[in-house]
Amino acid sequence: MKIKENKIESWDLVIKSKSGWFNLNLKEIYLYRDLIYLLIKRDFTTFYKQTILGPLWYVIQPLVNTLVFTVIFGKVAQISTDGTPPFIFYMAGTVAWGYFATCLTLTSNTFVTNASIFGRVYFPRITVPISQVVISLFQFLIQFIIFLCFLFYFLFKGADIQLNNLVLILPLILLQMAILGLGVGILISSLTAKYRDLTFAMTFGVQLWMFATPVVYPLSIVPQEYRMLAALNPMTSIIELFRKSFLGTSSIEIVHIIISIIITVILFVIGLILFSRIEKDFMDTV
Amino acid sequence: MTIAIEIESLVKRYRLGVIGHGTLYRDLQSWWANLRNKEDPNSKIDSIENDQEHILALKNINLKINEGEIIGIIGANGAGKSTLLKILSRVTTPSSGLIKIKGRMASLLEVGTGFHPELTGRENIYLNAAINGMNRKQVSKKLDEIVDFAGVKKFLDTPVKRYSSGMYVRLAFAVAAHLEPDILVVDEVLAVGDAEFQKKALNKMKSVSQQKDRTVLFVSHNMESIRSLCNRAILIDKGKIISDGKPEQVIETYIANNLKNTKLHHIWKDKNTSPGNDIVRLQSVRVFQSEASKELLNIDVSKEINIEIYYWMLKDGQRILPRIWVNNSFDIAVFESCNVSPMSKNDDPLFAKHLESGLYRTKCTIPKYILNTGNYLVSIIISKYPFERGGGYLVFEKNLISLNCIDNSDLSNFGYYDRLRGNIRPQLLWETSKQKIQSDL
Repeated sequence: MKIKENKIESWDLVIKSKSGWFNLNLKEIYLYRDLIYLLIKRDFTTFYKQTILGPLWYVIQPLVNTLVFTVIFGKVAQISTDGTPPFIFYMAGTVAWGYFATCLTLTSNTFVTNASIFGRVYFPRITVPISQVVISLFQFLIQFIIFLCFLFYFLFKGADIQLNNLVLILPLILLQMAILGLGVGILISSLTAKYRDLTFAMTFGVQLWMFATPVVYPLSIVPQEYRMLAALNPMTSIIELFRKSFLGTSSIEIVHIIISIIITVILFVIGLILFSRIEKDFMDTV
Repeated sequence: MTIAIEIESLVKRYRLGVIGHGTLYRDLQSWWANLRNKEDPNSKIDSIENDQEHILALKNINLKINEGEIIGIIGANGAGKSTLLKILSRVTTPSSGLIKIKGRMASLLEVGTGFHPELTGRENIYLNAAINGMNRKQVSKKLDEIVDFAGVKKFLDTPVKRYSSGMYVRLAFAVAAHLEPDILVVDEVLAVGDAEFQKKALNKMKSVSQQKDRTVLFVSHNMESIRSLCNRAILIDKGKIISDGKPEQVIETYIANNLKNTKLHHIWKDKNTSPGNDIVRLQSVRVFQSEASKELLNIDVSKEINIEIYYWMLKDGQRILPRIWVNNSFDIAVFESCNVSPMSKNDDPLFAKHLESGLYRTKCTIPKYILNTGNYLVSIIISKYPFERGGGYLVFEKNLISLNCIDNSDLSNFGYYDRLRGNIRPQLLWETSKQKIQSDL
């Protein structure tokens, strides 16, 4: 159905049936920036009000994971760690991957967990996953501090670690992880909104993805001819860069980083497109 | 007058049934076909209106709403009122058609949306306002007003999970009402609060619209509040606007529509399923005036109205109280009556007697010149004796009979052409006499 736009009168808002590919309103997100802030604050306060163990859990989780990896992959399987102490090697991977995985799992549930509020009031839906990506930073921060403690311990002990000025790009690494986690998260949330059974595949999928990423092994053990293939996984370059800056070991090449950034942007845009389409009439499918 | 909202051929189609079961493949297929501008292999050739997978909640709605209007939207459950509000407040999108809106809109579709139980009242005010598009600065300015209106000053820093439901409703409404939107959309949320709060909320909505030409859209089943608040009403039935105009007219149409099926004569053939329970069941209800046999269309208020109730007493030794409630067309009570002596002119011989089982008849006569012109609804009730406040109903047939009353008296000879004012039209005693002038002055 085509209706001529009324050009004489100016309307503040025109509600149409969903049409066009992409109608994410950036100005609107800016207008709702206070909401993003308040959502972050809400999640932060409720999290700490509800569980005393909450922050502690953030500490225990990466430590246990690192220990398990150290024993299984380091001691039993004896996978190379490019010469760095296995414990700090696995910890770097776990902490960096942890941020991405949290972003991904949190944002991928956007529609399902917020169905009741989305059904009753309009606000740009994207504010919810954005706030979750930010709130996940707190978790990362705690784990990162633990990581730094261990890092300095190993440095003090004189282990073969070259902390270098690449660490300055940490914010950029985090930004890319946030964008990737957000992009893939909202992409999955758009799919799970329609096809609920995909939710069950999520945890499984995140785990598989981790093993496809050099978290428990260095990129250097991947045969040269498969490195480009590995680089198609945007997390490969992110984890390797993280380790390169803090531990000084990596076989990442500049081309891998460029591929990773391009794929991140592509996934993010696809996620946004799907999300902006689904958010319109998601309520009808609940 | 400027237009605040313009709705053009709005259609909303819902898909029925389970979604997501094996549809991923089909959706991809349709999507791929769409992308190449080919025909969707999964589209149905049936008419859109009545295929089995879809339901039309709104069918071609066209509406222009002026700035400053307070519009009441009425209609039966499932008529499409809430769907319309949901599309207006952008919770969902139309299937086709267009809505153009001027100004900022806030909606209150459900009380306490977005309230988090763990957060304090203050935190929730900010969060809820932000969800509705207000920034922190604006809220801070309004905070005192909101708190005052909601009356939760003492509990401002208490988590809302400890609030009473009344406080919850008040706070939620207060936030929405103080958002200062140009357009306020309110679904039937006020039904939750107590009477005093409802009054306060209605007044607030009225003042909101009067201050700065704000537009209010308001869904309610309470005809009285629609009538007192709105200056225009819209009746939606089965996804279409069937009446639009002054609230009184629209409400009349709504009631009249509801009553299409209401007859003056009801008979229940089956003794086992007719209204009632295992103590008493209705057999028939009939309304007649003097010519007992004639099928009545209109009730003449200048004659007595007889309501006859036949019912089976199914157990021995029961004591019952036959009652009627009479409401006007706005469903507001006009009067009630039963056969206890202070309410009955005569002494009902079987009043409060232990009845043996069998068929009984109770006749109630409404004297002439009680009802006014217009529609009245009569509810037939049989309750236990002795009277139990608000309970003990054995039969409760709400608004079973509709009386369409006309006034055949020759009022027009005296220049009265309109309906007389009021719910009742009593004949009173009047006496005028010339007074002797006292010579005091």
